Amino acid sequence: MNFFELLREMVPHLMEGTLVTLQLTATSISVGFIIGIFLALGRLYGTKPVQAFCSGYIQFFRGTPLLVQLFIVYYGLPRYGIKLSSFAAALIGLGLNSAAYQAEYFRGAIQSIDEGQMMAARAVGMSKFQAVVNIIIPQALRIVIPSWSNELIYTLKYSSVAYMIGAPELMAQAKFIAAENFRYFEVFVVVAIIYLVIVVLVSRILDLIERKVRIPGLQFFQG
Amino acid sequence: MSRDNNLLLTVDSLHKSYGNEIVLKGVSFELKRGETKVIIGPSGTGKTTLLRCINGLTKPDRGRIWLDGIEITDPKINMDSIRQNIGMVFQNFNLFTHLTALDNVRIGLIKVKKMPKKIATEIAMNMLEKVGLAEKAHFYPAQLSGGQQQRVSIARALAMDPKLILFDEPTSALDPELIGEVLQVMKNLAESGMTMLVVSHEMGFARSVCDEIIFLEGGVIVEQGPPEVMFNCPQNPRTREFLFKISELYGE
Amino acid sequence: MSIIDKVILIWTSLPPLARGALVTLELTILLLGMGLVVGIFLALGQVYGSYPVSLFITCYERFFRSIPALVLLFLFFFGSSYFGFSLSPFLSAVLALGFRSSAYQSQIFRGAIQSIDEGQMMAARTLGMSKFQAIWNIILPQAFRLAIPPWSNEYSSVLKDTSLAYAVGVIELVREGRYIIVRTFEPMLIYIIVAIIYFFFTYAGNFILGFIEGKIAVPGYERKLGRRMGGSVER
Repeated sequence: MNFFELLREMVPHLMEGTLVTLQLTATSISVGFIIGIFLALGRLYGTKPVQAFCSGYIQFFRGTPLLVQLFIVYYGLPRYGIKLSSFAAALIGLGLNSAAYQAEYFRGAIQSIDEGQMMAARAVGMSKFQAVVNIIIPQALRIVIPSWSNELIYTLKYSSVAYMIGAPELMAQAKFIAAENFRYFEVFVVVAIIYLVIVVLVSRILDLIERKVRIPGLQFFQG
Repeated sequence: MSRDNNLLLTVDSLHKSYGNEIVLKGVSFELKRGETKVIIGPSGTGKTTLLRCINGLTKPDRGRIWLDGIEITDPKINMDSIRQNIGMVFQNFNLFTHLTALDNVRIGLIKVKKMPKKIATEIAMNMLEKVGLAEKAHFYPAQLSGGQQQRVSIARALAMDPKLILFDEPTSALDPELIGEVLQVMKNLAESGMTMLVVSHEMGFARSVCDEIIFLEGGVIVEQGPPEVMFNCPQNPRTREFLFKISELYGE
Repeated sequence: MSIIDKVILIWTSLPPLARGALVTLELTILLLGMGLVVGIFLALGQVYGSYPVSLFITCYERFFRSIPALVLLFLFFFGSSYFGFSLSPFLSAVLALGFRSSAYQSQIFRGAIQSIDEGQMMAARTLGMSKFQAIWNIILPQAFRLAIPPWSNEYSSVLKDTSLAYAVGVIELVREGRYIIVRTFEPMLIYIIVAIIYFFFTYAGNFILGFIEGKIAVPGYERKLGRRMGGSVER
């Protein structure tokens, strides 16, 4: 069959896969967000053992490949009784991985906030905890937006690795169709285009959001 | 131009605008060999633009420039080789940050004039001695004071044996106590016969060493003349006003 | 498996894992090198080239940075046979990831070049240097020093991405690990060791790069340079 017939056959499957990809991305980055904030706070304000743990966690997940991390979760855990579906394993793996990167971005954002802010908060009578929650975090969340946008795009792209443990996302669907029809190259060209379109779209949307949320006059920490 | 063999630089009707802003509105003057002229005027783009037109870093919209009989505004001219004859000293020195003082001075000799390293080094060391910095030859710019950096950049320009040196506010970025050492080097240079065109507001220098002061304002030469005339009895009221403002600021 | 058996397993796994690690390093070095050469050209083209040239390069960059590494690997791997010639898995991995790295590296070098004060170029021209001479003798040496911190990041990213070559059949570290696991059924243990090996190489590489950075740093400038190019180029 010619290319366009092939295209017509692939599209519904690929859309299914894209949906799963988006779900995977959205959920794992959210998981990463929550864990990441705790890691960042732990590294900055925690006791010595907490700091060490957070630091170690971050270094491990940033210093080893995502593929290996996914393999550990999907193939390693069953030996200890925890059997996960590939989607769940992908979710956990991506989430834990993303948490490490997001933790570093938060830490950078928090550290770039002038220490006068903390001092002023304490001077008003707030406890360290209140100061962090009411003054530091709200500012940090705005500062971190550019880096966080990066992380979203990164997660979107690297969700493709979940294919390697069998998650039914875009890559898996593509491989299925390609194998059925022996048309590998063309199928993956379409996949590449789909990713391209999604990434460009998401980047645009994030840019718009960034602009809307900007506080007039506040210089953002880049990177 | 067959007028005067002594004429080194002729600038004729230079015009330059950036978008809607007209920066040079017909500037003309001459420099004889060995002369030193100082350009003064309110801060703005005109003076720097003028210097940059002369060494081709900027292209004028209209107007012509001759250097030693050659029209350098001719589009067929290879400006790279012309620039070997025109030295430039910048307000913020622009020393090559990754090279030592010695390397800074001799790199032009080695790469552009293709001299063998030994000879280039000799010349470079001579130049560094001339500006009083021979012992700092192996220091990097970041390890030198502002005044020292500027003196190295003068050595760098001198090493190329130029016919003319352009100075773009050479002391404006220096701390007050460092200005003197640079002005001294410039004075020595002028007295030894170098042809210099200096943009500056160092009136002491202008008074003592230069042959003519050119007052540039609003893109035109408002007045020009020898220092005695310009300082003591300027013809144009605007000149008078400007010099008054300057002497207030700089206490000369 | 008892502790003794585990220790024996670790010991006997080291040779094949070392083999795989070697392949991983080969991949890393080759494609970083390719990315470096192409990346510098692209960066120069973007900074000093004409508008159509820099537009093309921007599109190139955008393309290679928006597509997941895995997709790119497959494109090269399957694409070669589609177009009639066959590429070994290793070669297609080097090419795919190499071009990808060139897009990121061109950004790094472009940033480095653009962060150099324009006075440097001006001073070089006033000495009579041509644009080419100025770029070669004055701009690039400084740009290299500025580029080292983000380049270390690129090294780490590339090292980790080579694990994806597993998907096209390259027998690198992860695949060697898989072979061992298929025989011995200790996935957790082996993959953790694999992870540790990657970890080690990341640190060793960064350490070496940091050392080099120190060696070629311009005295007096270290702190200023580091601050300016501190940000990482995101993947």
